Amino acid sequence: MTVLVDTDTRVVVQGITGHQGMTHTRQMKAFGTQVVAGVTPGKAGSEVEGVPVFDSVRDAVERSGANASCIFVPAPWAKDALLEAVDAGIRLCTVVTEHIPFHDMLVMYHYARSKGTRIIGPNCPGIASPGKAKVGIIPNVVFRPGRVGVISRSGTLTYEIVNGIKEHGLGQSTCIGLGGDPVVGTSFVDALPLFEADPETDLLVLVGEIGGTAEEDAAEHIAHHFSKPVVAYIAGRSAPSGKRMGHAGAIITRGKGTAETKVAALEAAGAQVARFPYEVPDLVAQLLRTRGRR
Amino acid sequence: MVKLAEWRGKEVFRRYGVPLPRGAVARSVAEAEELVRSGRVPLPCVVKAQVLAGGRGKGGAVRFATTPEETRAAAAAILALEFKGEKVKELLLEEKLALGRELYVSLTLDRARRVPILISSGRGGVEIESVADAEIDRQPVDPFPGITGYEKRRAARVLGLSGESARALDRLLDALWRAFESEDAELIEINPLATVGNELVALDAKVIIEDDAAFRHPEYADIRDDRTPLEEIAREKEIAFVQLDGNIGVIANGAGLTMATLDVLKEFGGEPGVFLDLGGTDDPKKVTEAFLLMAQAKPKSVFLNIFGGVTRCDTVATGLVTAMQQVPPAERFPLIARIRGNNEKEGIEILRAAGVTSVPSLKESAQAAVAAARGSG
Repeated sequence: MTVLVDTDTRVVVQGITGHQGMTHTRQMKAFGTQVVAGVTPGKAGSEVEGVPVFDSVRDAVERSGANASCIFVPAPWAKDALLEAVDAGIRLCTVVTEHIPFHDMLVMYHYARSKGTRIIGPNCPGIASPGKAKVGIIPNVVFRPGRVGVISRSGTLTYEIVNGIKEHGLGQSTCIGLGGDPVVGTSFVDALPLFEADPETDLLVLVGEIGGTAEEDAAEHIAHHFSKPVVAYIAGRSAPSGKRMGHAGAIITRGKGTAETKVAALEAAGAQVARFPYEVPDLVAQLLRTRGRR
Repeated sequence: MVKLAEWRGKEVFRRYGVPLPRGAVARSVAEAEELVRSGRVPLPCVVKAQVLAGGRGKGGAVRFATTPEETRAAAAAILALEFKGEKVKELLLEEKLALGRELYVSLTLDRARRVPILISSGRGGVEIESVADAEIDRQPVDPFPGITGYEKRRAARVLGLSGESARALDRLLDALWRAFESEDAELIEINPLATVGNELVALDAKVIIEDDAAFRHPEYADIRDDRTPLEEIAREKEIAFVQLDGNIGVIANGAGLTMATLDVLKEFGGEPGVFLDLGGTDDPKKVTEAFLLMAQAKPKSVFLNIFGGVTRCDTVATGLVTAMQQVPPAERFPLIARIRGNNEKEGIEILRAAGVTSVPSLKESAQAAVAAARGSG
């Protein structure tokens, strides 16, 4: 096991007969992932990309030994799909679906946690370990096996940065796109210990953006509990001041949430902070060199 | 986000059993006068502008009246206002109660803890941002049991309520919790919550409904935030579109990449004007619509920065070429494209056939977009 996925990962795709489900089943297989089952209620007996389709996650688990789920089910039904996966014993669920109401996600998160299931997402690109497995939608072309871990709140910006690492001649251990919704199943702080413990990760790249306090919380964790070098990039330094979540929202995040506070917190925690996405690979390479010399 | 005007927020409160002053909405001076003459709103009363901005009391948008004539005058004065850029079209008239203390209560989401949070303070009636931290209590609420008995007792202590009025708070918090969950609210705020004898009465209502839950709340479909006409069209087409003051149009996909693109343009002295986030799409028509929408904003140059994932590069290129053919020659602008990721080669080929070169480096393509905006300005 590297970080959450490895060659034993057996994926069930929920919503496999939809356009996204089909496309990414093909892509996950091309990545080398064992996609062992699909679920679409009412479509049992059919096949997508050579993958058998079942009516329920329980059937899929019993017949195929699936142990991870990738959910493409549209927002109004995504909560039910996740609860079904949890109850069928799946312990890792990537939720790709966007626009899930956060009240639904609150139920999903707390229910999953009570049963020991980890959610990645929602509204996220998912997780991939080059050469091992991918549960999600990060384009295959950006990867190359290596020793740089990546965690990010963004989607396409993750691809941009992961691709930059590849083009610089480096490779990745595991990349996780956490999603940027108000409630996420796995936060930076949740993901950091996985990379700290991972013997295949030498350095971590953290990609954040303005809003919320996830990066400040990550910085706090890095300062006290993370021993590997960290390169960070925060998107949105020049963005127009965002919409506030009413007065109560401002009270919760008092004095946090801007690019400046995030960069300052990460630098204080010892991270190297890139000003632009294309500075990330250089910083990574430099840090790996100095680490190698030590 | 869907922000409800006070009177609509109070309709929500009424449905869930939050105690309110007697009141009604008027849309003209005559209607306001009729409400008090008929006794539907008892005198003395308060007349309040139904606008979303705060600070109404200080801004003359809340007035008191003891007679029908004064009500008329107050209504006329407020309806003539343009409050913080918003024309006043609706008034809420309510009975003026004999108030005791003014408190603050709200429910919202604590993203970091991933739970709802109950915020209470004994210092209501002022902007909560101006209240000292020590006087604000934040109580995380587990969504499964909801607000528990001990959490309510804690809130009662914070608010200085006991006996009958503590029981009134129990009922109020139950009602707020039901409304918060059932209405998919991202914020429910009562400021001030007033004590009237042993009762608690919501004098104001701030309710914000989450956009993503709109599919199960058709009752709020008529409420719109302030948007420019182009932003409104974009919303209908599910394209995230924001108009700024600059002159470089930016088309990207995904919020993070869009923001990073703006950061890089700014670094090289560019001023992003419209920015447009395609999100995830594999429909070339959506790309065409987005591009034509961009053309309407009359940028000096357009920077297209796409990293193909769900959105494939060839889809974007096809949609783009179709759109370019539809823009009249006189209205054309320099286009700097950078498309990477899924089906990159196919996309670059489609663009090349239409005479557009894709620059692979983010730095160089951004510099080119800035230079192009200057050159044609």
